[in-house]
Amino acid sequence: MKSRIVVGAHYGLRDWLAQRVTACVMALFTVVFVIQLLMLPSFTHEAWRAMFAGGFMRFLTFLFWLSLFFHAWIGVRDIFMDYIKPVGIRLALHSIVLLLLIGYAGWAAQILWRL
Amino acid sequence: MSETAIKKPRPKHLDLMVIRQPLPAFVSILHRVSGAGLFIMLPVLLWLFGTSLGSPESATAAVECVANPLVKLILFGLLWAYLHHFCAGIRFLFLDMHKGLDLATARMTSWIVLGVSLMLTVLIGARLFLLG
Repeated sequence: MKSRIVVGAHYGLRDWLAQRVTACVMALFTVVFVIQLLMLPSFTHEAWRAMFAGGFMRFLTFLFWLSLFFHAWIGVRDIFMDYIKPVGIRLALHSIVLLLLIGYAGWAAQILWRL
Repeated sequence: MSETAIKKPRPKHLDLMVIRQPLPAFVSILHRVSGAGLFIMLPVLLWLFGTSLGSPESATAAVECVANPLVKLILFGLLWAYLHHFCAGIRFLFLDMHKGLDLATARMTSWIVLGVSLMLTVLIGARLFLLG
């Protein structure tokens, strides 16, 4: 008799891809951010605020934070899967991280749309 | 015969304190360590981001906070973590595309990742913390 081993929910590839796509978004933002920073006439509070207040930069910055939180979720979850073996503790840690990151996303939105 | 070969006690080279890590493994471990460090410090980074973009008074609070030598040291570490994660991440993307997989290239790009991220940390760190 042949026994088939069914593994996982096939979210592996999707997460693998998401980690790389979000990495590219963050890398792109980093380059744009550095260029914008170097182009600032002077490093003042007004100039710093104005940099993020523009529609494009605000959108890109928010996309950066969202990408970072998604990227961090996959990365931190992988770390827990490697080192934390008891299911209960792992589940609790996953929940805490997930809720934290959702909260951070709200925080980032509030920072950017208050400008 | 194969059974006796298996039963013979063989050294297991899994003890992290005993085995010597190859350079690419070192870069990989630092990628994980830097990522974990950045994750743990996310609230601090978001707080700094938010206060620096808030009212002039709150921005002053952010500047005063960053003036603290201990905070500077932590930010210096986070700057390295970000830059190392960035450089090592780009290297991993190339490895994903099966570029630079042979040992000589993998070692060379590992040195480049370590060197470039440290150099940029010193350069940007000096600019941020010593001058302004």
